[in-house]
Amino acid sequence: MSSNPNSVAGRALDRADARLRQDEGLGGALRGFLDRVRSGDLGMIPVAVGLVLISVIFTGLNPVFLRPGNVSNLLYDCATTGIISLGIVCVLLLGEIDLSVGSMSGLASAILGVLWINHGWPVAWAIVVALGLGALVGALYATLYNRIGMPSFVATLAGLLALLGFQLYLLGSSGSINLPFSLPLVVFGQNAYMPNGLSFVLALLPGAALLWSGLRARARRQAAGLTGGAASVVVAKAAALTIGLVAVVLYLAQGRGVPWMFALFVGLVVAMDYAIRRTKWGRSMMAVGGNREAARRAGINVRRIYLSAFVLCSTLAALGGILSAARLGSASQQAGAGDVNLNAIAAAVIGGTSLFGGRGSAYSALLGIIVIQAISNGLTLLNLSSSLRYMILGGVLALAVIVDSLARRSRASHGRG
Amino acid sequence: MADIASPAVPPDPGRGEPVISLRNVSKNFGAVSALTDIELDVYPGEVVALVGDNGAGKSTLVKVLAGVHHPSSGTIRFNGQEVSLSSPSAALDLGIATVFQDLALCENLDVVANIYLGREANPWKLDEVAMEVRAWTLLNELSARIPSVREPVASLSGGQRQTVAIARSLLLEPKLIMLDEPTAALGVAQTAEVLNLIERVRERGLGVIVISHNMEDVRAVADRIVVLRLGRNNGVFTPDDSHNDLIAAITGAAENSVSRRAERRAARQEGHA
Repeated sequence: MSSNPNSVAGRALDRADARLRQDEGLGGALRGFLDRVRSGDLGMIPVAVGLVLISVIFTGLNPVFLRPGNVSNLLYDCATTGIISLGIVCVLLLGEIDLSVGSMSGLASAILGVLWINHGWPVAWAIVVALGLGALVGALYATLYNRIGMPSFVATLAGLLALLGFQLYLLGSSGSINLPFSLPLVVFGQNAYMPNGLSFVLALLPGAALLWSGLRARARRQAAGLTGGAASVVVAKAAALTIGLVAVVLYLAQGRGVPWMFALFVGLVVAMDYAIRRTKWGRSMMAVGGNREAARRAGINVRRIYLSAFVLCSTLAALGGILSAARLGSASQQAGAGDVNLNAIAAAVIGGTSLFGGRGSAYSALLGIIVIQAISNGLTLLNLSSSLRYMILGGVLALAVIVDSLARRSRASHGRG
Repeated sequence: MADIASPAVPPDPGRGEPVISLRNVSKNFGAVSALTDIELDVYPGEVVALVGDNGAGKSTLVKVLAGVHHPSSGTIRFNGQEVSLSSPSAALDLGIATVFQDLALCENLDVVANIYLGREANPWKLDEVAMEVRAWTLLNELSARIPSVREPVASLSGGQRQTVAIARSLLLEPKLIMLDEPTAALGVAQTAEVLNLIERVRERGLGVIVISHNMEDVRAVADRIVVLRLGRNNGVFTPDDSHNDLIAAITGAAENSVSRRAERRAARQEGHA
């Protein structure tokens, strides 16, 4: 490495400072990880622990909970609200909120029902109109925020009422529109599972991709005179990921398999994660969420970032509404009402996305919604009424925010912002 | 004392056109005139120090040049062209880089992300390796003492943050760099490093504007010292002008405790001699 023009006195560029502990290999990676956790950078750990606890408790109370069929069903239910929650992550990263996602999803399902079933439009056009309206509503929120300075809390609260009213108006006296069960969209929403061979191959892909990109990044870093990190760390991570995914897929294959709709949701999460971490747009989102004025002075078009986040959030909410119409086989006045809104926001927060902006990840939507659906599902299996379900979900949400707040305090005292 | 009436006199006519040239620039915040008829020229390869009391308008002037505030009236020429600095990105695109007093770093992002913020190469697939190498190169040029560029900026000390902010301003190869109180939060060694850095930047032919309250730093590095007082030009000095004159221009009075003590000391020294 000393032959590299970028290295300093025979040491890699990023390890030249003598005060730096020289972490190497698997042990070093583990030590760095423990340091981060101790300083309050908990990442996904609380959610993972929570999921394990939930599984143990509910399986103990009712063994059906962890049967493959029930898990498949649970994942199916995750997809619709999860996609809405993914949009919420976008606005939360900016430190803003969208309270109208539930109404937006209900409105989208109403538009789908009215245009497709009542007016006989092609389904694709009905979907495009619903998504387009979602984008338009998001753009309206962003304009109110950017031009008038209306807090997103108020703007979207107004939107919640207005969109709900529009949904009720569209559905009119009938109150609900049934979608025929034979239609492909409804099949997709109710009974479309991946072939087991395909889901097995797809379960191998993330590990392979991680291995390939990890080793390539390592080679590039070393060529540039930086430390590459140990190859063993990359291999271990890829192996753990592959084993975990394959185990889940093989387990689900004993039942009906992986629902296509859940696969779509996971695909969106992965795409969003890439966009947040590896594109200029995502970097700008994080910067605006962290320090709006600093981002503006760095030449970032802050207004456009707000616009993109609100548009994305409302559009994803509309998509979630369309899928939930397919899942329920109907577009009704109840769609999007009740707990959809709160579940979507709670999922993002439980998953570890901060309410104060600048900290979070697309995966928080995935993990958070699995936690919420697992609790609902488990309580339903125990024949507990929804009154108890709401109370328990409320407690879990409070717990998640408490953990986040304590971790934030710890981060502050360890100088990690 | 220098000529107050024509503060824009070039120190060396052979230097050609000024990088930046302000004429009659004013900025009002409601009824308050933060800046009134400011005139300022900065030539390539020149360090101009902006000094003045609190509230003299130094930071406002820098913010006008950085595109953060828009002047109420007056003209700004950059390389001879009249320009309108409508936004921070417009100023950056022209080649005016600014290190703000309140640093303007995103504490939740790491050092590399902060240095490249808003200027990432490869917008659809960020090249972390190239960015990290360039970040280390810039930081090493500044002899920065930053252990890791992959830690959030929140974990850095004030001096380290200053270095990151300066490294960021150099990334775009600007033609004019403005430093607002660059040494205020720094230790002795780092202050010396920043002053060295300013000299190095000058040698590369850039124009530099430094705001500082520290007259020692100003004298050490500035070619000209422009004094603002209550939002107006109040004289142009060279580092060789007397301390008394400078203090008088800054405070608006030749008679104060600083000048009295200086006189006493001068008198004592004459007595010894």
